[in-house]
Parts: sequence; C-alpha cells; structure tokens
Amino acid sequence: MQTGRRRDGWTVRGAHLAALLLTVYPSTRLFAQDTSAVDRGVRIGIIYRPGVRPGLVVLPGAAAALDSVRAIVARDLDLSDRFELITLPGGDSIRMSAAPPSAGTSRAPTGGRGGAAAGLNYQLYQALGADFAVGLALAGDTTVLAVHDVAAGSVRREFRSRLPPLKDPGFRMAVHRLADHILEATLGVGGIAATRILFVLDGKAYVIDEDGADKQLVSSSDHQAMSPAWAPDGRRFSYMEFWAGHGQLFVQPVGPGKRQPVATTGQALDFTPAFSPDGKTLAFSRATEEGTDIYAVNIKDNCCLQRLTVGRFSDNLSPTYSPEGQRIAFVSTRPGLPQIYVMAADGTDQQLFAPFDYGVTGSSNAPDWSPDGQSVAFHRDVGGTLQVFVLDVRTRAVRQLTSLGRNEDPTWAPDSRHLAFVSDRSGYRQLWIIDLETGRIRPLLQQSGARLPAWSPRLPETASSTP
Amino acid sequence: MKRLSLIVLSGIAVVALAACSHNPPPVTTPQQPNADSVAAAERARQDSIDRAAAEARAREEAERQRQQRIADSLAAMGKTGEAVRTMLATLIHFDYDKANIRPEDASILDQKVAILQANPNLRIRISGHCDERGSDEYNLALGNRRATAAKQYLVSHGIEAQRIETVSYGEERPLAQGHDEAAWAQNRRDEFEIIGGGDALKQP
Repeated sequence: MQTGRRRDGWTVRGAHLAALLLTVYPSTRLFAQDTSAVDRGVRIGIIYRPGVRPGLVVLPGAAAALDSVRAIVARDLDLSDRFELITLPGGDSIRMSAAPPSAGTSRAPTGGRGGAAAGLNYQLYQALGADFAVGLALAGDTTVLAVHDVAAGSVRREFRSRLPPLKDPGFRMAVHRLADHILEATLGVGGIAATRILFVLDGKAYVIDEDGADKQLVSSSDHQAMSPAWAPDGRRFSYMEFWAGHGQLFVQPVGPGKRQPVATTGQALDFTPAFSPDGKTLAFSRATEEGTDIYAVNIKDNCCLQRLTVGRFSDNLSPTYSPEGQRIAFVSTRPGLPQIYVMAADGTDQQLFAPFDYGVTGSSNAPDWSPDGQSVAFHRDVGGTLQVFVLDVRTRAVRQLTSLGRNEDPTWAPDSRHLAFVSDRSGYRQLWIIDLETGRIRPLLQQSGARLPAWSPRLPETASSTP
Repeated sequence: MKRLSLIVLSGIAVVALAACSHNPPPVTTPQQPNADSVAAAERARQDSIDRAAAEARAREEAERQRQQRIADSLAAMGKTGEAVRTMLATLIHFDYDKANIRPEDASILDQKVAILQANPNLRIRISGHCDERGSDEYNLALGNRRATAAKQYLVSHGIEAQRIETVSYGEERPLAQGHDEAAWAQNRRDEFEIIGGGDALKQP
C-alpha cells in the first residue's frame, strides 16, 4: 500500500514538470545533510531522519553495457528504503537538455569536485528533488561509479571497480556491492544489497540474494534440513538435519566445500543452532526425555559441550546471541506457555525479557537479536495466528509489527531496520521483507512453502566471487 | 523282628509251592468242529478286521482333528497378534499446545501397559507430533514433551523405561493434510511403533 502511494506520487511528479517539482522539492529534501566539502573518511552532519528520505537520481548513461548494472543498482537503492528514487521524466531528453553526464563522470578525478565544471546540471537535478545523483560510466574495462552531491554541486565519491562479466556467478553480488558503496558515500551507513538470505523449502536449504534473485540450493544431502543459521563471517552456515526423529547439526561452507558434523550432536534431537558473534561457539537446543534445554559447544575445536539451562519441568530453546556476545535471548516455557527470556551467555542470570500478560498473551517464539543490539524480533500468537513483534531491549517495550495474515520467524538484516519473515498474507506461506522505518513490505520469493529464513551479515568480497 | 518275619515269609512260600505241585495240569478237551462254529469263527475274524479298520479310521480322524486343532490355534494366535498389534498402535491425541495425557486417552495407554506386561520382550518407540499452527521449531520441543508424557505414563504403570524410546517429529509429519481444526486435532498425536520382540504377541 505504501509502495503504491509513493509510486503514484512519482507518477504525478513525472507528469507535471519542473514547476510542480520545484514546489514538491522542499518536502523531500534531506535537512541534515553533508554540506561540508567532500571529506572522505570523516563524515560530518549526516543524521538520517526517519520519514525524511533524500532524493536520489540514477543518471542515464551512454554505455549500454552498463544497462543491467544500472538497473540492479537502482533497484538495490530502492530496496534499501533510504531514498526517494527520482525517475527522470522523458529519460534521455533531460540528459539532452543538460550536458552529458558521462563526460563529467569519466573526467572527474577521484574524489574531486568540479562536477559542475564537468557539465552535470546540478541545478536541474536539484529542481527535480535530487540530493544525490549516481553516474555509471566505463573507462576501458573499469566501471566508474560517481556519487554526486547535488546541493554541493560536486562529486562526493568515486569508485572504480572491475566488474565480473554478466554471465559470471559473482556478477550480481559485485553490483550489489556498488549499491552499498553508494549508501556509504551518501548517508554514511552500511547497506544490505550485498547480503543473502538462507531459508528452507521442501526440506532443503537454499540461499537467495536480498533482491530476490539468484536462488541456489545449498543442502548437500537428502535428509530434511531445518533452521539454517549464518556464521558471522558470512562464509559458513549451520543447520539441523532431521531424520528418524533425531536432529544433527552441521557446519557447511556456503560456497563449495565439505560440511562438518558438530561434535556431540545427532544422538538426540538437536536443533536451532546459533553462532556466537565471535564465531567460536554454537548454541543450540537439545530435546531429551528430560525436556528441551540450551547447550553450547566450542565450534572452533569441536569440543567442550556446556549446558546452559536446566529446565526439568519446562523447555528452553531457540537461542540468539546479542551482538557483543554477552547475552542470549531464548524461549522458555517456564511460565506455562513459551515466552521470550534472556540470560548471560554462560547461562546465569536468567530472566523474563519480553513482558506479557499472564493468561492473556499468547505463545511467543523464534527470537532474533538485531545486529545493532537494540531490538529482539519474535513472533507471538495473537487470536490463534502468529504476528511479528519487536522488543526494545532498553525499555522492554513490545510492539506488534504485522497484522495481516499469519506472520512468523523474523530475521534481521544487518542494517537492523529490515526484517525478513514468513507470511501467508498473499494466500500461501512465502518469504517477505518489511522495512521498520517506512513500513514498506515486499515479497522476497514468490514460492509457496518457503520458511525459516536467516539473513546473512554483510558478505565478504570472497564469498561472492565463489559460486 | 526282621529275622522273624523273614522266617515266617519263607515258611509260607514253601507251603504254597507244595500245594502247586499237588494240582494236576489242566487238560484241554478238543471240541468237535461244526459248521456253525466255523461260521462263527469266520464272523469273529471278520469282525476283528472291521474293528481294526474302524479303529485305524478313528485314529486317523483323531490325528486329523488334532492337526486341525493345532492349525486353528496357530491361526488364532496370529489373529491375536494382529489384534494386539492394532491395540498397541492406537494413537493418543492432545489439546492445542498441550502435552498432558487426556483422561479419555488414559485407557488407551492402560491397554498398552497390559500388552507390554504380557510380552516382556516387546520394545516400542513413541513419536510425538504437532499440528501446523504452532511455531515450526517450538513444535520439535512440544512433540518431544508429548512423546515423553506417554512414556512417563507407561513407566509409572510399571513398564521398564529402557523398553521405550521417544522421538519428536514436530509438525513435520502430518497425518491429515487439511488446514482446519479436524485435521489439526488428528495431527496432535503420539504414534506407537514396535522396535523389538514383536513376533508372536500374546494377548494380555
């Protein structure tokens, strides 16, 4: 709904020209923006204000070879939910009336100013509501990305990279990385374009790019897979393999490579693995005849099993580490129904985390601690169906995020403002992504039955270049 | 005393021997053969043959009946085994998000207690299952609770714990595929499976 409204807005702007655009311009302007001279490394005065999104225009270019790059970058910037993307009415006609931007970007020295001198009509783009303009050009086999600060009338940052060929499996991830460079250069924040999401479909683990492209099977056996979880290095993941009522945990590279069974697992029902932020420990749930409890095993040396909870008459499961690794949020049935609890990473100091009304609030499950440490997302039974909630770690306030259909198993993006989750709002269960700032919701995968998503950290360069 | 009685006994024996030797040997007088007696003998001989044949037939019949009885009882035993097996496999069900044994299911478990007691070598596996409404991962823990709840019931009624394995399938193996309360109610269940000592099951 939100998307539609905004798109309509831009259609209106596209239909009327500069006169109307000039009047609209102030409302979309970024108030606190970097007006200082270009200063790489230190960014002063950039404060993102929710609800006020800077305008950004992806400049058309002469090099047709970059058309797919431009399309992917523009889509990534849109999916970041941080910009009002400005589509140029008439496309090339604007460029014609202005000086060709390709000349400007190709001649611009690294990080230099002089965009205006190079011929980009900053006044025009400013009139269209753009705070930033992004140009893509080719210099030999090098792709040159120029990020213009429209108000300052200069090139803020320039990136040169040699992109893999279009057919290369690493092509899309390399382009996603360009989009993240743009967020870094304009807003000083990390992006999520170069991230992927693990999920389970028909008992197999898959990985998909955050923009919904490039779905790949990562399961390496025929046994049922459940609960995939990323290692903090973004190169490996853990998951549970389920057969004959037993659950064994494995750690497997996302790229090529052999999986390793996790020590001590597989005799009982071991499930919901979660890496500690230093990647040395794997916490998980183990169901035995005593009930379900949380254990931790040293994944580096594949040893040293440690029991963190002793439930006896209650179950404890689904651990998730805080980003500094000191605490673990988890599910406990000690109040009768499952609710969200928290403890120190060594199992001490266990206490209720997400408040609830006894006898009123439904079951709460599947917690995921946000990468910025400020929130824990989980799902809760509301009137017989599940909804996604977010707990504010500092105030312990809980707010409901979804209400349409059944929504479950939220997982945080590395920017701590997007969540992927499972929803049947379209009639069948599939993966969706919500932006907590704008409320925009989009489907990630139009495929029935996808579940148990896990969003990757920002991926290292090498992870993408290996198929 | 002993000697005296021996003397007395031997005296009696001597007297008896003397008496025997006194009696003349019995003389058999040969009978005159006549037609009637020949016919009678022949009849008697024939009767005895018939009698022998009848006896043989009766023996055969008895043997046949005995075999039949064995076969019947074997079939009956097989039928008993099947009935016991069915009784043992009877599911129990649970309320939503609950793992306690419902009162109406206690009698089903009591039958299993009796069967396990009558068949001391019998070993079983209980698997706990959930409906699709709950959380996927939590349901693994809940299914585990449901399986162990049934095991605890059996153990508390005298069955050795090591004869019973428990596993959980969460919501991963639904019995009914629907998405309504009827299907969910069927899917919230414990299944019972023989894993050893299941040959020639005895009725409790």
